[in-house]
Amino acid sequence: MGRTLAEKVYDAHVVRRAEGEPDLLYIDLHLVHEVTSPQAFDGLRMAGRTVRRPDLTIATEDHNVPTTDLLRPIADPVSRTQVETLRKNCAEFGIRLHPMGDEGQGIVHVIGPQLGLTQPGMTVVCGDSHTSTHGAFGALAFGIGTSEVEHVLATQTLPQTKPKTMAVTVNGALPPGVTAKDLILAIIAKIGTGGGQGHVIEYRGEAIRSLSMEGRMTVCNMSIEAGARAGMIAPDETTFAYLKGRPHAPKGEDWDRAVAYWKSLRTDDDAAFDKEVVIDASTLTPYVTWGTNPGQGLPLSESVPDPASFDDPVERAAAERALEYMGLTAGTPLRDIAVDTVFVGSCTNGRIEDLRAVAEVLKGRKVADGVRMLVVPGSMKVKKQAEEEGLHEVIKAAGAEWRESGCSMCLAMNPDKLSPGERSASTSNRNFEGRQGPGGRTHLVSPAVAAATAVTGRLTAPADL
Amino acid sequence: MEAFTSHTGRAVPLRRSNVDTDQIIPAVWLKQVSRTGFDKGLFSAWREDPDFVLNKPEYQGASILVAGPDFGTGSSREHAVWALQQYGFRVVIAPRFGDIFRNNATKMGLLPVVLPGDVVDRLQTRAEREPAAEVTVDLGAREVRAGDLVASFEIDDYTRWRLMEGLDDIGLTLRHADDIAAYERRRLDWLPTTV
Repeated sequence: MGRTLAEKVYDAHVVRRAEGEPDLLYIDLHLVHEVTSPQAFDGLRMAGRTVRRPDLTIATEDHNVPTTDLLRPIADPVSRTQVETLRKNCAEFGIRLHPMGDEGQGIVHVIGPQLGLTQPGMTVVCGDSHTSTHGAFGALAFGIGTSEVEHVLATQTLPQTKPKTMAVTVNGALPPGVTAKDLILAIIAKIGTGGGQGHVIEYRGEAIRSLSMEGRMTVCNMSIEAGARAGMIAPDETTFAYLKGRPHAPKGEDWDRAVAYWKSLRTDDDAAFDKEVVIDASTLTPYVTWGTNPGQGLPLSESVPDPASFDDPVERAAAERALEYMGLTAGTPLRDIAVDTVFVGSCTNGRIEDLRAVAEVLKGRKVADGVRMLVVPGSMKVKKQAEEEGLHEVIKAAGAEWRESGCSMCLAMNPDKLSPGERSASTSNRNFEGRQGPGGRTHLVSPAVAAATAVTGRLTAPADL
Repeated sequence: MEAFTSHTGRAVPLRRSNVDTDQIIPAVWLKQVSRTGFDKGLFSAWREDPDFVLNKPEYQGASILVAGPDFGTGSSREHAVWALQQYGFRVVIAPRFGDIFRNNATKMGLLPVVLPGDVVDRLQTRAEREPAAEVTVDLGAREVRAGDLVASFEIDDYTRWRLMEGLDDIGLTLRHADDIAAYERRRLDWLPTTV
């Protein structure tokens, strides 16, 4: 009986296996940021423990950091203390840190791949649920809580039970104008926010193979929104081409040895998944969310659903509550929904291809009156590259704000947030109540839809312009 | 971690599904660097509504939260667990939990109990009709008892043992430091380091 990709990577990292106990799994890369780490470092100090492998650990400041005025101290004293605490902890325990303003700084899930630290077959963890992003390389990557952050710092391992596996096979080709973001929103709408619980999802099929690495990262990033801690895609030539020459990628003979190993990282033909879902890419169109969880999404061409149309009483109640919170009426065409704010950025859609897609739509156009548009690169390197390509000029000429890198309005821990009642089209990953600011209302969209929406002030696809 | 063997207390019915960790504790509370003071942040947006169930006098001091499916989805923030515990909850009962939340809860000694939707619904109805009625969650017997309702739940032996003993995972793992060192000697030598 063959094994799935997830099983191969898992098995290769088992340090210890004993009857009646969880496996002890080795962690190849631990990403750290300011929000979920301070209590873990405190725990180490209180127990007199140290960081076992600072050389497999890297930190960045992303969740709290402002995206303007980087030379000034952070205005919010609580945020400032948290960032300063990370700096002290990294200095004390010898961990490489990319602080605010540093050219290597960025969202934790953007800098790992950018540096070539994320590689096929690795185990990657971070105190952040969007760690699933790194699965795009064929790594087993998942989010952990602060107790587990402390555990990894102290031991470089985690007790784990082998996850179940789920195949999401996307056949056919995505039609022009339909992106990786539309695809993952459609997948989550199909399987629901609990559909992947207890499973590692492997995305397969022609449409997945045709995606760029950045598109694959967008898909894997939102695995957690379908309930799966991890999403994976088998590495292939697209993966190798992306990695080659990156600062931490293997070099010379090591590269050849690595590629030979990476090529073995695919699900065997006779392997069985615990669960399988098949999607036809050719039927997809731009997708947006209408509710307050990422599973509440529909094609942009449709209308706000009537809660009475849901058979399941739990879903019906959730839809009623969502429409009330979102201030929407059943039957309203999604294209008629007007927004105040457009946010482009986050670990889901803050990479260079996302910014190119935005600039392409904005070129020669203007952001609608009364609409505020923020464009926040996922890292300082992405920002630099965008500026070298002149994307920032297009974005600024259209009337959008060009910012420094960070998590920003994805979760509104910094000054970028919605006011109560404001409505956004956002390229981020969560449309939860208050996620982008207390009382704020979020519609999740692709970068292309975000840009087109900024131009008209209503949810719009580029093809509608 | 505080050991958990059996707990008896009053229940709060939270008739909502997809209670994500952003609702349990909004991001603004995550800026703290300490482990305490999160009780005030628990459901802080929802608690602004005087009719929210936690604001009702009859549920003050309750220690068992009975929620709809997909409780604790979303962000990995362990602060959600700290907030629930510091507010006074020892147990959350729901038909389905977010994986990371459930894991975080068992690390901290907050017991997540999965029961079928119809049983959860009966527990919620009972808590609505008789807010003073007590519920017992017996980890040793893997059983929830509420009046004439007796429901068994599943939890793996190891997690149950660890919770009942109140054991620290790191201490347990460090007993296998030799195995970790042996694994490190056989790791592929071209794997990246951050230095």
